[in-house]
Amino acid sequence: MDEPAREDGRQPVLELRRLCKSFGGLKAVHEVSLRVMAGDRKAIIGPNGAGKTTLFNVITGVFPATSGQVLLFGQDVTRWPSHRRIGRGLARTFQVTSLFPKLTVLDNVLLAIEGLRLSKFVMWRPLSSYRDVYERAHALLQEAAFQDRRDVEVRNLSHGEQRQLEIVLGLASNPKILLLDEPAAGLSSGESAEMVRFLARLDQHLAILLIEHDMNVVFDVAKHISVLHFGEILEAGTTDAISRSTKVQQIYFGTG
Amino acid sequence: MTSRTKAVAVAGVLLGLALIAPFTDAFVILLITRALILAILAMSLDILLGFTGLPSLGQAAYLGIGAYLTAILATKFNFGLGWSFWVVVVLGILLAAATAAFFGLFAVRASGVYFLMITLALGQCVWGLAYRWNSMTGGDNGINLPGRPAFGIQLSSDVAYFYVVFGFFALSLLMLYVLVKSPFGRSLEGIREREVRMRTLGYNTWLHKYLAFIIAGGFGGLAGVLWAHANGHVSPEDVVLTTSVDALLMVVLGGPGTLVGGAIGAAAVLFLREYLSTLVAWWQYVLGAVYILTILYLPDGLMGVATRLRRSSIALGRPEDAKHPVIS
Repeated sequence: MDEPAREDGRQPVLELRRLCKSFGGLKAVHEVSLRVMAGDRKAIIGPNGAGKTTLFNVITGVFPATSGQVLLFGQDVTRWPSHRRIGRGLARTFQVTSLFPKLTVLDNVLLAIEGLRLSKFVMWRPLSSYRDVYERAHALLQEAAFQDRRDVEVRNLSHGEQRQLEIVLGLASNPKILLLDEPAAGLSSGESAEMVRFLARLDQHLAILLIEHDMNVVFDVAKHISVLHFGEILEAGTTDAISRSTKVQQIYFGTG
Repeated sequence: MTSRTKAVAVAGVLLGLALIAPFTDAFVILLITRALILAILAMSLDILLGFTGLPSLGQAAYLGIGAYLTAILATKFNFGLGWSFWVVVVLGILLAAATAAFFGLFAVRASGVYFLMITLALGQCVWGLAYRWNSMTGGDNGINLPGRPAFGIQLSSDVAYFYVVFGFFALSLLMLYVLVKSPFGRSLEGIREREVRMRTLGYNTWLHKYLAFIIAGGFGGLAGVLWAHANGHVSPEDVVLTTSVDALLMVVLGGPGTLVGGAIGAAAVLFLREYLSTLVAWWQYVLGAVYILTILYLPDGLMGVATRLRRSSIALGRPEDAKHPVIS
């Protein structure tokens, strides 16, 4: 394998090398390269249909890549199935809330914790006898201030609460990098501000790659922005540089 | 109801059944025995339909494999009529599980209606074998068994055989109950609710579904071995599509995702059929109406009735229910 990039002696948590995904003739993702280091907070913005969610799906293995590479900690995972990538410290949330609606908040979190444990194959002992799993679940719920609603069925939570629980499930596997697909989708401005505070409380060593339309959330959470347009990275830079870029304003903000 | 009171209730009903059954007449004992066997089949299907969300239309195949294995060993090799009956039980479970492991390679890749179609097709393959492989299965005539096993106790007594079946049923219920409460069983529920999310939580969902498919097949095989000796006769009728549909209806009628519901459904279907057919000539219409009404008005099956009554009494604000808040 060729050398992992080490500018300052560190290895990227996630690296994309000229990643492409085509659906028939449509190039949904084209030659995207990106590097995320530990603790980085990066955002990907772009108009609807720019290929943002497709990019996430290729990174997480929901769709196979047409060409190019996905590397986690320098290891090529391009051909790996989803569940193996998760085992390497990758986690994601979904644009459309993707929880287990008929299960309680606690059960949702328990499933998420079990995902990376070998005990998920145990058939002869009840889950409720695993103290450590329950302790971890209660700790996660405590941190996210969900403890009082742990026995509520998820379908009875408010939309804002469900969006937060999405992230809690993502965190259950102790990921090193978290991909957030529009965490503030459908939230009111008050709930968005709450989401930003929620994200700010997360471990500083956790790398975050964020897709978001709400620019307030993007500017508050991310320090670096890549602009995706027709599946290609049009421009990338610090939040300041991107907000001043005329090209970006033309295609994305519709002004200038 | 907490899970403990539920468990006590189920144990109480089973104990009552074990005590009362010997004092009923021979016909009823045989009917209960058959209901218990079909209950094992229905519960095995509930693991797929109710817990994993996989509607299988081929569960009778495993019943057939267990039954034909028992009959062929008994008639051609004179095997399984003494203590070796227990070996046949193990062989029946293993052969059915192995068949499920083979069928699962094709079926588990699909979901929803496609899963239904593939399991239907695979089930029909087994039926075809039973119907056409004359030298082995006796074709349309089936196989008559020489008699029930005897090892110290004579199982030819219907009461004795009832207790054997009862034991297997109770054991299956216990094992499946532990299974659905285990981390593995809970993962099946997650797959039923949202499979894509399970994959992004690190679960190899295919493997979980495949294992569930094999386990369901194994319990189906057990039901088959017991079925052969209950009737003393095995025929393609046991493997035919109708039997698979019956199993599916038992689960839906009793309440999918409850295990016990499958048993209740099996009993309800069998008793309705036996007694309705003596009362009215057009009993099949009555049974059909029962199915339709259940699906329309009781999507959680008969097991859902208790929950509904409790909810409506909470809605009416009965004080004794208000003392037990939903959130503990």
